Formats: sequence, C-alpha cells, structure tokens
Amino acid sequence: MALSREQIAQRVAQELKDGYYVNLGIGIPTLVANYVPADIEVMLQSENGLLGMGQFPTEEEIDADLINAGKQTVTMATGASIFDSAESFAMIRGGHVDLTVLGAFEVDVNGNIASYMIPGKLIKGMGGAMDLVAGADNIIVTMTHASKHGVSKLLTNCSLPLTGKGCIKKVLTDLAFIEIKNGKFYLIERAPGVTVEEIIKLTEGELVIPADVPEMQL
Amino acid sequence: MAGFDKVVSSYEEAMAGLTDGMTVIAGGFGLCGIPENLIAEIKRKNTKGLTLVSNNCGVDDFGLGILLPERQIKKIVASYVGENAEFERQMMNGELEVELTPQGTLAEKMRAGGAGIPAFYTATGYGTPVAKGKEEREFNGRHYILEPSIIGDFAIVKAWKADRYGNLVFRKTARNFNPLAATAGKITVVEVEEIVEPGDLDPDQIHTPGIYVNRLIKSTFEKRIEQRTTRPSATASA
Repeated sequence: MALSREQIAQRVAQELKDGYYVNLGIGIPTLVANYVPADIEVMLQSENGLLGMGQFPTEEEIDADLINAGKQTVTMATGASIFDSAESFAMIRGGHVDLTVLGAFEVDVNGNIASYMIPGKLIKGMGGAMDLVAGADNIIVTMTHASKHGVSKLLTNCSLPLTGKGCIKKVLTDLAFIEIKNGKFYLIERAPGVTVEEIIKLTEGELVIPADVPEMQL
Repeated sequence: MAGFDKVVSSYEEAMAGLTDGMTVIAGGFGLCGIPENLIAEIKRKNTKGLTLVSNNCGVDDFGLGILLPERQIKKIVASYVGENAEFERQMMNGELEVELTPQGTLAEKMRAGGAGIPAFYTATGYGTPVAKGKEEREFNGRHYILEPSIIGDFAIVKAWKADRYGNLVFRKTARNFNPLAATAGKITVVEVEEIVEPGDLDPDQIHTPGIYVNRLIKSTFEKRIEQRTTRPSATASA
C-alpha cells in the first residue's frame, strides 16, 4: 500500500536527529513536526524570521504578528528567536540549517528539482524554495511517486523549469525511499506492501535496485 | 520638524513626493507586518505606474492588493504572489509585469541596496529561470549568479514602537522584510503603533537605528490574519 501523507511525514521524522535545526516546507513536510521522536529535541526554522516555531495557538493566544512561512498563526517554542528576512536566509543560504524537507513536482537522476512553476498555469512563485535547495546540504524531497495518471515524477531529466540544479540527494515518495548519486536513483526502502516491480514501473529515471530492499518501518 | 524629530502628523505629509512611475519597497510577509495605512494612502493619492518591491502582493481587499483595481502597479518584484483574483487576472492578461525573485535573494537585494553594495553573487537560482540573462561565475567549484541590489524612491515600513528620532523596534514575525526595506529607501516612511520620547527605548534593544528613517507616523492597525490556525484550548473553563 502506498503511504498516506501522514505516513510519509512519519518516515521523514525518522531522519531527524537530536539538536537539529530543521526547515519544513508547506504541505506534507509541515506534518513532520507531529512525529518528532519524544527522546530528541529539534528546532523548527520558519523562513519568515522565526527559529523555534511552536504549535498552533489556542483561540486566546492568536497573535497577528506571529505567523509561519505558510502564513498560519503559530506560537514560539521555549528558546525561540526572531530575526529579519535577510538574517533568516543567511541561516539557510549559509548552510546552517541541518535538514530541509520540501515538496516537488519532479526530481531527476542528476539531483535537479522542479517545484514551483508549470508553464501555462498560474505561477505563484518560488517563495524561499530556491534559497533552501541552494543552501542546504541535507534535503529530503517528499512527493507522490507518480501523478494520478501514473506518470512518473522521478525522471531522467526534469521537464519543468528548475527550482535548483544538482542539489537533491534524498527523495521520499508514497512508494519508496530513494537516494540520488552518480546520476542514478538508488532504491533504499519500499513502502510496506509495495513491490520492487511496482516502483520500477513508476520510475522513469535509471533506478539501481540492490539485492535487498527492506520495507520501511513505521 | 526639528533636529532629529521624524514625526509627521498626516498621511498626506508622510507620502508627500510620491509620484507616478516611482519604485516603492514595502515591508511585510503575507499580511503580517505590512504598512497597511501607508498603502491606503498610496491608493488615496491614486499614484500610477508604480514598481512595487515586496515579498507578496496582499489579497484582493487588503494590503498591496488594494492598489490593483485602479491599475496603480505597473510591475511587482516578489517571491510569492497570486493570493488575489485581480492580481491573477492582470498577470494573465499581461497588464501587470511580475518579476519573481527568490525570497532570500529579495531580502538580500534590499539589504545590499541599503548597504551600498550594487550587486552580489548567490548560488540561489543558478540553473533556473531566475538565472536568465545574469552573469554566472564559479567560486571554489560552485556556481553562482550575479544579482543586482535594489533601492527604492520610497520605502514603506511598519514597526511596533519608535522614538521620535525614528529608532525602531519590531514585534515578533512582523519584523520580516521591514528592517531591510527601511535601509533601502531614498525616502523611508515608517508607521508605528506607539511613539515614545528619545531615551525611552533601550539603545541595546533597537532593531533599526533612526538614521534610516525620514518620516514617522503613529497609527492604528487592522492586522488582518491570512490563515487563522488554532489548536483546542486545553485550559478552557467548563
């Protein structure tokens, strides 16, 4: 069975380490915050200028001056700090954020990512995504493995305009955990109940299959 | 106005000198920390052909979105737009020029502009549509593109508190692009919730020194919330 959005978030959360500063993108990445293991501490960076993002506020706590990068009202965790947008992207571009999790439309075997623009459709913009992929070393892309019509999103060459070039090394889809190196995809894990054959069928770019492909443990 | 006193008493005075075709840099992220009354004054003046530099373009009836119906904006430089139907319509019809700029690059363009740095190299956008027409250069095996900085004829800023000398303190994430915008305007106009006397703010706690500020006005703010997200109240009384 393909992973649900929640299960993708759960698997990503296993990659968190104690003391990590983490930037979570909008959508599935945001859900990762719900699965931080109880025995570790992470601090969430929100690129609008908050390090140490807390949970959503109660109705009484709502503060129009305190939002996250998704423009949602939030609170601050203990030990939080506030800064301007240039400082925020100094952290991101300067490689100070330990892990970045973001969504995408397509990823290819050379680590290129397309995530912000579909020509002909309304283009809303890249927000902070180009800075995040250019600055971070440790990035996990979350997305569905293929479109609803069965068209692979793991490609030899991205077909859409790029958000970043050669910057993605890990992709977690609803079917598989994949690493990218030497111009190839490497199948690391498969979703519970999903066969290697199903993954091969929905992966357009060259996929290396090791002898043993373990199931994800959720 | 005397000495370092930056306080003006009307919005008309605050935005005096803004004319058609100028470039205006605005602070704010989404609807958070936007100079909402200064934007309303631009609407009232009906200044046209403006180039707006701001992370976003407001919503249909609030923030920079209110400048769209009368076609006051010729061009917008932003990282994320399209939260408003009129914006979408004008962009799709080619009535509004949109220069999409990565958020960190946008912030740095303002910072650099205000700091007297004409351009800077960044890896952000290399190999993407953003790099089109820009100089590329390699440093230590990595690719970078040259991004020009931005200076505005006006910068419009929202801060929390100020003293009469224009020293500014921002509040929570309403800070965002505001301190950067403040440095990058030939004329920087700031609206605040409270104005105190010089000496009342702790010099160690000032986010933006008054040297960047030309005009200061006190106002009240709607502070509209774009995405009201809450959790249940654990301490709600029975």
